[in-house]
Amino acid sequence: MKYLQIEHLSKTFVNGAKTAHVLSDINLTIEKGEFVSIIGHSGCGKSTLLNLIAGLTDVTTGGILLDGREVNAPGPDRAVVFQNHSLLPWLSVYDNIKLAVTKVFGSSKTKAQRHDWIMQNLDLVQMSHAADKRPAEISGGMRQRVGIARALAMEPKVLLLDEPFGALDALTRAHLQDAVMDIHSRLGNTMIMITHDVDEAVLLADRIVMMTNGPAATIGEVLTVPLARPRDRIALASRPDYVKAREAVLRFLYERHRFVEAAE
Amino acid sequence: MNVTTLKRKLDLTPKPAAPVVALPPRTPDRLAPWRKRGRALVDAVLPPLVVLVVLLTIWQVGASGEGSGLPTPVQVWIDSGFLFMEPFYVYGTQDIGLGWRVLTSLERVFYGFGLAAVVGVLTGAVIGQSALMMRGFDPIFQILRTVPPLAWLPISLAAFMDSGPSAIFVIFITAIWPVIINTAAGVRAIPQDYRNVAAVLRLNQVEFFWKIMVPAAAPYIFSGLRIGVGLSWLAIVAAEMLTGGVGIGFFIWDAWNSSRLSDIIVALAYIGGTGFILDRLVGWIGRVVSRGTAV
Repeated sequence: MKYLQIEHLSKTFVNGAKTAHVLSDINLTIEKGEFVSIIGHSGCGKSTLLNLIAGLTDVTTGGILLDGREVNAPGPDRAVVFQNHSLLPWLSVYDNIKLAVTKVFGSSKTKAQRHDWIMQNLDLVQMSHAADKRPAEISGGMRQRVGIARALAMEPKVLLLDEPFGALDALTRAHLQDAVMDIHSRLGNTMIMITHDVDEAVLLADRIVMMTNGPAATIGEVLTVPLARPRDRIALASRPDYVKAREAVLRFLYERHRFVEAAE
Repeated sequence: MNVTTLKRKLDLTPKPAAPVVALPPRTPDRLAPWRKRGRALVDAVLPPLVVLVVLLTIWQVGASGEGSGLPTPVQVWIDSGFLFMEPFYVYGTQDIGLGWRVLTSLERVFYGFGLAAVVGVLTGAVIGQSALMMRGFDPIFQILRTVPPLAWLPISLAAFMDSGPSAIFVIFITAIWPVIINTAAGVRAIPQDYRNVAAVLRLNQVEFFWKIMVPAAAPYIFSGLRIGVGLSWLAIVAAEMLTGGVGIGFFIWDAWNSSRLSDIIVALAYIGGTGFILDRLVGWIGRVVSRGTAV
């Protein structure tokens, strides 16, 4: 079933006399419940693609359809987990999620139901113990957990993750990857995750979308990851199909589409 | 010397433990926190007090000469000490204590500055949202903010034809610029991340203003308000030269016209003290509202 459809999408930024052709003719169909990773070198337009799906940036040509409706503005049905958590520092963890829940479910849920829903989402990321803390009082990994809880609390059709663990240390990142996998298996959300970490992409995704280098980047290859779920990072490390998938992504990134720094 | 002899020299037998002496239980010093607080108070109050005494002494000595045009501190105390001691006396409609006069002036400042705060924050918010508006308005505000309060008087009078609203307008127009400029700067400084969050949540303009803009820009807004309240208190003398009546500003003008220099000096002390309190008050409100991130 086609849930999210991206057709002939391209994006050009115009700044005065300068035009930058960032994305060109992107075609991608994502099914409901699917976990898709988008990988590519920095500057290839991965984040632009995510912003286009989120509606935070306007499409130049082509179109995006979600569940049969065109995407042309941001909305809570495409919740974003931002790279730097983007929690509001003057609100407690609870109030940060409450802001989202009140906005999305203000009319459909009672106050008590909304409270339960907030706590349920905090439980999901194991952060209910820090409900009354402010973002500055918790660690980076915890903030990102809260960011995920806030996005999940909007009950989005698609959860968009923009390099969510890029700023975290390796151990914390592994914990959060497990948390995301766990949530995905429990709730069956459709998720799109931008990453530049090959292991992360292979471990988490059903399909890996590999982007060519910009300018005018497009989808170079799509790799289906055949690994059964639930996946265990330690068991996978020695499995030939995992190694093969990893190698395929590495080959794409470092042989066929090497990042040329001096392109400018 | 070989290894065995070396080893033999080492004394590895444990020594007897030292006798255990029972110490009397320590009595908790219940006054300790108070003593600490007292010392902090002395540390804060003593230095300015010393400086004040030194300055008053210099003034006393300097103004003691035969042909001195300025009264000495002692002379001021003899002439006008009662103004200090009885801030709230009422001897007639025009003859009231300086406390009352300060309150009357504060009422004017309250209206003028209150209006400037509301209009300034709203205008700043609108202008800060658009780069084009910012480019258009900012140079004009930067010029207008340097115009001294007195210079607004004639225009204000011509516009309002009445001294009451004119005085409030002078305070308003003096105080509003830093509020607008700082609010606009604060709004421009809101991180794109917060705007993205607001966009994803589809916050409307009003929700965005209250839930994102005001808290995010609060440190900027309150430093603008703090400058603004200082300026509006500065404008009070100018404003009350115009209105007459019972304000502290008019009191100075009146005292000058009847050569009561000592009274003026006392009034200056009142104005300075009140201005200081106003400044601290706005700073404190800012800290409470922005939960420790402002000013």
